[in-house]
Amino acid sequence: MIAELGHYALVLALLIALVQTTVPLYGAARNDFSLMGVAQPAATAQFIAIAIAFGALTHAYVTSDFSVINVAENSHSLKPLLYKISGVWGNHEGSMILWVLILALFGFAVAQFGIHLPPTLKARVLSVQASIGVAFLGFILLTSNPFLRLDPAPIDGRDLNPLLQDPGLAFHPPMLYLGYVGFSMAFSFAVAALIEGRVDPAWARWVRPWTLAAWIALTAGITLGSWWAYYELGWGGWWYWDPVENASFMPWLSGTALLHSAVVVEKRDALKSWTILLAILTFALSLMGTFLVRSGVLTSVHAFAVDPERGLYILAILVLFVGGALIMFALRAPSMKLGGLFQPISREGGLVMNNLLLSVATATVFIGTLYPLFLDATTGQKVSVGPPFFNATFVPVMIPLVLLMAIGPMLAWKRGDLSAAMSRLWFAVALSFGISIFVFWLHSNEPLTPVIGFALAGWLAGGTLKEFADRIGLFRDRLSRSLSKARRLPRSAYGMTLAHLGLSIFICGAVADSAWRTEVVINAKERDKTSIAGFEAQLESVNRLEGPNYHLERATVVIRKNGEYVTRVFPERRFYPVQQMPTTEAAIYTTLLADVYVSLGEGSKDQGWTLRLWYNPLIPWIWAGCLIMVLGGLISLSDRRLRIGAPFKRAHKKVQENGLLENA
Amino acid sequence: MVKNRLFMLILAIIVSIPLNASAVEPSEILQNPQLELRARNLSQNIRCLVCQNQSIDDSNASLARDLRKIVREQLVSGASDSEIYEFLIARYGDFILLRPPVKATTYILWYGPLFIFFAGLSLSVLFLIRRKRVLPEEPLSPEEQEELSSLISGKEEG
Amino acid sequence: MRKLIYLGPLLFFIITAVYFALPILKGKDPRILPSAMIEKNIPDLNLPPLLETKPGIDKQALMGEIQLVNFFSSWCGPCRTEHDFLMRINKSEIIPIYGINYKDKQNAAKAWLLDLGDPYERIGRDIDGRTAIDWGVYGVPETYLIDKHGRIQYRHVGPLSESIFKEKISPVIKALRKQTNG
Repeated sequence: MIAELGHYALVLALLIALVQTTVPLYGAARNDFSLMGVAQPAATAQFIAIAIAFGALTHAYVTSDFSVINVAENSHSLKPLLYKISGVWGNHEGSMILWVLILALFGFAVAQFGIHLPPTLKARVLSVQASIGVAFLGFILLTSNPFLRLDPAPIDGRDLNPLLQDPGLAFHPPMLYLGYVGFSMAFSFAVAALIEGRVDPAWARWVRPWTLAAWIALTAGITLGSWWAYYELGWGGWWYWDPVENASFMPWLSGTALLHSAVVVEKRDALKSWTILLAILTFALSLMGTFLVRSGVLTSVHAFAVDPERGLYILAILVLFVGGALIMFALRAPSMKLGGLFQPISREGGLVMNNLLLSVATATVFIGTLYPLFLDATTGQKVSVGPPFFNATFVPVMIPLVLLMAIGPMLAWKRGDLSAAMSRLWFAVALSFGISIFVFWLHSNEPLTPVIGFALAGWLAGGTLKEFADRIGLFRDRLSRSLSKARRLPRSAYGMTLAHLGLSIFICGAVADSAWRTEVVINAKERDKTSIAGFEAQLESVNRLEGPNYHLERATVVIRKNGEYVTRVFPERRFYPVQQMPTTEAAIYTTLLADVYVSLGEGSKDQGWTLRLWYNPLIPWIWAGCLIMVLGGLISLSDRRLRIGAPFKRAHKKVQENGLLENA
Repeated sequence: MVKNRLFMLILAIIVSIPLNASAVEPSEILQNPQLELRARNLSQNIRCLVCQNQSIDDSNASLARDLRKIVREQLVSGASDSEIYEFLIARYGDFILLRPPVKATTYILWYGPLFIFFAGLSLSVLFLIRRKRVLPEEPLSPEEQEELSSLISGKEEG
Repeated sequence: MRKLIYLGPLLFFIITAVYFALPILKGKDPRILPSAMIEKNIPDLNLPPLLETKPGIDKQALMGEIQLVNFFSSWCGPCRTEHDFLMRINKSEIIPIYGINYKDKQNAAKAWLLDLGDPYERIGRDIDGRTAIDWGVYGVPETYLIDKHGRIQYRHVGPLSESIFKEKISPVIKALRKQTNG
């Protein structure tokens, strides 16, 4: 019954979306306020309908209703509750419901919080957003309906892939989708602007918070996924340049460029066409990611069940929306009014270079990921493009970008003084030099590549800190004056500083881990010892136990340093009988500066077990750096100036108070 | 006696390599650390054909293990890196290398990003120059000047 | 001219979309690898026999006539699927089949053949899998078509079936036979 309710809710949502697409758009063309006003309640109703559908599916999972095919294929009665719930989005059909839910959520949010958006713009934005909903709701109902029933219902389900039964992975998809799908809002704003034929700074002010929110979620989602892969897959790797990882990374790179570009539109009324193009491109990359994961066109560990029919449908959606938007771009963008003037050497100029470099980075990942497909389709030849390619091509693009990141904020808008900026960066040079010397001293007999990495990180951190210090007049004025300046600084300034610092910390972690990771592989029987990076590890015992829906072998490994006890870790090997799948659960001892990562392999009491240990220097800095970037984004998002209503409201009130407008 | 057994059982070699992962069994590890290092580097560039996007170094599939053994045997018998790659390419094609070779069919792949950078740079430069020409700054008209001063004085009062 | 630049993204997108559509429309499985050994001579091999009643396989045995070489294992599910069809080929005597038992236990393989039937002229044991690697095999079952000069002319990955044989392998056999006769 509840499943049928969910099904019905989806159909209802589709109908509402159709109305929301057509009526407000027509109303905006006719300047008809009542027709345009349909958008807001429609967006609310659409969200509620999809939420009901999502709730119905979740109910089916939680109650283990195996008469619903989707539940039977992906769940099991013995599964812990958390994974019954996360199983809702651990499969293709369920994850599509999550997809449209978040799509509708963003539409609902703009409808509710965008009170001060000009009515025509709001109507058009919600209309475009709803059109995307129509396409995907249609896709779900026609090819991927999760509410189909099975008769007779099986006694138990086929269980969720054991790899997915994990807390980190429970939250990774929702976070990722908030990001991916969130960029749909920037897309809708861009297309609405093309329909209107103009972009004013107010548009950027409204676009920025939604783009920022999506960016924050995507950063968090990618970080979660990477961290999960690290501790779950048993090998200690955190990025594989797998096609589906790349599919989430490309919108992130493009979204970062979009975010920075929107700043220029807002502050200087310039780079409008670039920003619109980036908004279209970012969402296009999101859609492309959705397509790649579900069409079976590329091999990947992540790929959902392969189905060419679904692939074609998503491709059709991609062509319709991106092609349509790009046609509108080609038609409308050339006639858009050019905005503010600026010299090539200026903050705007720096941001243009920033856009260019991030776009090249995106293109590099794009080419690498899709080249095998391209070559196979044209010549039938097969070639592999793996991590060696990406490491060789992506890193060189990042180097000039990091260099630029310290210089750019030092330049003034419109006309920057490069020599003044460079002289202010003495601190960045000093910090960079200092760190390089330190790193070199620690690892003097080894290749110099990591030193360069740390030099860059130091340069970025130094430049970012100096920019902040200069802004509050630190060491120049009295401390109390600086502190009061700091209190009055807009939150977006803190956000930028934190985000850039976060990147610097990430670079340190990534470089250190790639360059100085050590590994020990041994065959160990109980009470055998080995050592790694100054620690001593001893295999105390290995026991056989039972988990809720798996059998396991758990090893107890004692870690000591200089004879002193440090900790005990418990790496496991699990076997899930329903899916007939083994997994390894690595044990990790984390300090601020490194991880000791222990993994249990195959073995027995007589033969001994394979024990793998890794020492990963500075790897916690990878996650810390990313989290600091997320924090910076959140702080920036909480900036009052970014709240859509605030500036307009204040000016509006003042105008009223001055008696210049009546009942406005 | 216990010590001897320990020594025999523990085949530990500490390797300092840029590593992401390893499925190498203790019994596979070569005695010569230089050769083992080469083996690891080579393995990380060789694709596991029955996995999804893993190298033979990462994978514990049986084919991966067989290929790892072949790599090590050839290294021990003195083969060079390129000879080992040639051996595998002859049997499995370019696909088995994770770092695609640079040949006519992969020029777009390897030089594409560079080309896009220069194309983008030219476009940006053209764009920046054109703006300077198209948008000269216009001074305010007398009416606009008056409106501006009245607004300013209005603000000082209000 | 300026307006043409604005068309750039659209053009690029259309080209990309076409390349996405092609593999789906062609119905290709991205996991299947074309053989790198086509038109090449079969590698040297000398495999011990599986059964007492049939000899093993060496390079000589695989030359002189058009034949199929089938890599199989008793632990391989799809091998079981194709076995019926292999038996039918054997019965109809269209083309001789030589079997290579890949990384298998001798008793298990013997029992398997006893159970399902033996369609092979000869069977060799590839105990450590090295021969398979020399042929470019990456999984079982795989079937190779060899011409009478000992050159690999076609490879099929996965279980063989009547439709695949008719559509893909038969034409090659016919072409090869024409060459020798005409």
